[in-house]
Amino acid sequence: MADGSTMVIGAGSAKASASRRVGSLKKLARRRSTTALLLCAPLIVLIVGLKVYPTFYAIFLSMLDRKMEHFVGLNNFVYLLNRPSFQLVIFQSCLFAITAVVMKATLGFILAHLMHNIRGKNQRIWRGLLLVPWVIPLSLSTLSWWWLFDPSYSAFNWTLNWFGFESIPFLGTTWNARIAVIVVNTWFGAPFFMIMYLAALKSVPEQLYEAAAIDGATAWQKLIYITLPMMRNIILITVLYSLIVTFADFDIVRILTNGGPQDSTHLFATYAFNVGIESGNIPRGASVSLFMFPILATLAFFVLRDVLKRSKEIST
Amino acid sequence: MTGVTATANAVPRKAKVGSLERQNRWALRGSFAALSVFVVIFLVPPFYMIMTSLKSSAEISAQKGSPWIAQNPTLDNFVYLVTNEQFQRYFFNSVWVTALVVILSMTIAILAAFSLSRMGFKGSQVISTGVFLTYLVPPSLLFIPLFQVVGSLGLINNTWVLVLLFPTLAVPFCTWIMIGYFSSIPKELDEAALIDGASYPQILLKIFIPVALPGIIAATIFAFTVGWGAFLYPLAYLYSADQAVLTVGIVRELIRGDVFAWGTIMAACVMGAAPPIIIYTFLMDYYVAGLTAGATKG
Repeated sequence: MADGSTMVIGAGSAKASASRRVGSLKKLARRRSTTALLLCAPLIVLIVGLKVYPTFYAIFLSMLDRKMEHFVGLNNFVYLLNRPSFQLVIFQSCLFAITAVVMKATLGFILAHLMHNIRGKNQRIWRGLLLVPWVIPLSLSTLSWWWLFDPSYSAFNWTLNWFGFESIPFLGTTWNARIAVIVVNTWFGAPFFMIMYLAALKSVPEQLYEAAAIDGATAWQKLIYITLPMMRNIILITVLYSLIVTFADFDIVRILTNGGPQDSTHLFATYAFNVGIESGNIPRGASVSLFMFPILATLAFFVLRDVLKRSKEIST
Repeated sequence: MTGVTATANAVPRKAKVGSLERQNRWALRGSFAALSVFVVIFLVPPFYMIMTSLKSSAEISAQKGSPWIAQNPTLDNFVYLVTNEQFQRYFFNSVWVTALVVILSMTIAILAAFSLSRMGFKGSQVISTGVFLTYLVPPSLLFIPLFQVVGSLGLINNTWVLVLLFPTLAVPFCTWIMIGYFSSIPKELDEAALIDGASYPQILLKIFIPVALPGIIAATIFAFTVGWGAFLYPLAYLYSADQAVLTVGIVRELIRGDVFAWGTIMAACVMGAAPPIIIYTFLMDYYVAGLTAGATKG
């Protein structure tokens, strides 16, 4: 309405200055988009220079020989795939990521539900206590886990002995070490799932549960028919995101076992570090970490699809 | 609707209210009990970290009595670290690296988010999507090619390399958070300012930054977490003790020392974990809100 009336009043002069107005508007728009691009420039430089370029550079590096003089095609990948120790890395990475994420998601789900039952100020304190593992820098908390697992001074073993059980070599055998790294990762990551799921739980309308309660639904039915469908999206995206991060995990295995015993707990990242940085075979190290790429790209595709769909929903 | 009433009738009505209340009370008690168990389990490593940091080397090696309790608590380990030149350097390095990383990342992220959320230009959608995508590229995929890049820049074994690389970990997510917060500011607000003759810098400084302050706090905490705690890049590119930051310094250098230096190591961990814990104690709500904002919308 307001626009219409100003149009009528200023109609005469608008006609006269129309051409000039359009020109200056265009100039304004152009200047505006130049400024906009300039404001984005640092971001673009940073990301292209230190994320996009290194990704492609890794692909180039992975096709060189050890001295980085000759082009060897896919030889590094073929060599790695034929090595039993690398097959073990693939197995362990998948085992680690999938088990840890399932455990984190389950534990996070349970914790979020328990937390959701407690309302008010108390919740903040409990949430804060449970977030401690997630807040301490991972490399430092992993050190304290290492100390808890220490072969001769383990406080866990002391407790086991106290109850009359045998000591366990937590990091000494293959499967113990594998379980240990998964446990530490779960301990670190479950609080993240908890806060995401707690936020999702809070956004489920209370009326749904009330209606279900009136209909005589059991707690189990409420969970299956209300909570899970309402949280479906957030469960999906946290799991996908966490799979990416867990696949690429480095700190825990590096500090806790450094791949041992007998290279059985190496992940892509720690193996790449051993091969590429410590043994100095940069091309082969690059090819090790590139094995993560197809897995991460697939997961990222699904995350992105969900995020874009969501942002479209928000904007409409 | 008829279905609802039909099933409602099927439920026996007697003593409904009382049983619901009792049910809730039990649910609450059960939740507290279960949560207590979880909290105890989750806090074992930090608790043990603190306990060990209060023990002397002699007490650790003697292995008498329960390891869970420090029998003769002493602050010697902390005193040793505070006066230890090497540890002071790690701490100082971490402080200035983190400060620079936070300032740099936030500047880049705020400028870019302002431009991407408000000054929509050709390709801004592509850039925001791309930014999010690069957030999903983990450092463990990039550290080997970056080793070459950093080497050609002559920054190997130079703490400044972290000021260059840490923003790549922090900026994408910070930008993403800031885009979310900036987009939620009503367009009328900055349009009114534009009509009143405000320039873009004025709009950013006088409207966007104050209004989106919770988001800025959340993003700043994220950048701080990265700068303070990231481990892979410093481990890969800094090999001498004088250039190391806290995480790598503790993990690599302190362990090389005495076999029974665990009291000192754990004390160093406590001191390294303290700044994030203090910050989260006060600002956790902002961070959680920022983290979950995108997730719960829509």
